[in-house]
Amino acid sequence: MAFYPGTCLLTQTELLDLSFMEHRAQLLAVAAFLDRLDRARGGAAGVQEDFRLRAFREALHELTSPEPGRVRRAQMLLSDQNLGLLDLRDSQSAFGASRRVHTSLGNEVEQ
Amino acid sequence: MNYIDLHAHMISRTTDDYHRMALTGCLAVTEPAFWSGRDRLGPQAFADYFDHLTTFEPERARQYGIAHYTWLCLNPKEGEDRELARQVLALIPDFLDRPNVLGIGEIGLNRVTRNELATFRDHVELALEHGQLIHIHTPHLEDKYKGTRVMVEALAADPRIDPARVLIDHAEEHTVEMILGHGFWTGLTLYPKTKASPARAIDMIEMHGPERLIVASACDWGPSDSLAVPEFVLEARRRGHDDALIGRIVLENPARFLGQSPKFVPVGTGRGTVAAD
Repeated sequence: MAFYPGTCLLTQTELLDLSFMEHRAQLLAVAAFLDRLDRARGGAAGVQEDFRLRAFREALHELTSPEPGRVRRAQMLLSDQNLGLLDLRDSQSAFGASRRVHTSLGNEVEQ
Repeated sequence: MNYIDLHAHMISRTTDDYHRMALTGCLAVTEPAFWSGRDRLGPQAFADYFDHLTTFEPERARQYGIAHYTWLCLNPKEGEDRELARQVLALIPDFLDRPNVLGIGEIGLNRVTRNELATFRDHVELALEHGQLIHIHTPHLEDKYKGTRVMVEALAADPRIDPARVLIDHAEEHTVEMILGHGFWTGLTLYPKTKASPARAIDMIEMHGPERLIVASACDWGPSDSLAVPEFVLEARRRGHDDALIGRIVLENPARFLGQSPKFVPVGTGRGTVAAD
């Protein structure tokens, strides 16, 4: 279970004392964001299939995983794992999640 | 604590930033060439930019006791335009002899296209031809993992590349091992929203050790913090780290990497002078 054990110099209690309030606030900010999405105009199903929200929800599962390495796995869920080069630039900026998703048939579709 | 901010786009910051950085112990900054927020109109705009980076900006920094160094390139955001890349690459050698130019950077990929990779390779060739250090930008967000892999694999396959003379920047949890594992210097960027926080940077240093790791602000015209490095120092102390470890990350490591350029002048630390290896 341990992942790089003992590399954080603080005890678990010290780390909680130092950081709990900050991360409690971050947790509530995510919860409020999801509630706000539900209340936003556009209907309940408006963005449920959005590639960003889908990746976000998958990454949220990592937060409740008992296995260390959560941030790395969440990063990969938010990454384009297709190493193929694009023929041409499709946009100037990144989106935070990949439009390209793998289907159950093993091929790839653009969202 | 004295520090070097190895990645700071000071052209887009006010003189107040130099003032505050000096007050918090900044001894030197290095400024990679980058995107201005819009594509430039032509190659002459880059000539003007390179002149600014090698004349006006070092003088502005000097007034606050900060040494200013720079890196030159066509940035990855504009690397898709191969004709522009050819024109800008032809300009760069005329600037390489200027006293504050340490190398070629920040080159790299943006959306990881064929043209961007070709422009990246052209810059690497230029650096090798002129014996320059290389500073590499890795892509943002969903493109970071694949872009980092593509560049690391391209460089690792080239026997002319000495990884000790290359810094690959903007590493995060899913790319840091890949970069360190190939022997490159590795940058952790303290940049809100899209890169790492001080706490996450400390996590990575705790897990992977301080060898060949540096931190920098990458402060620019976007939401960013020119005092991100001293914020890192404060957070590292709160996490129980001593000044020997912190000083290694914020001063000694960047000085070791930069000191491979004969133009980099060792900077005082208060604990003696940091010299290149």
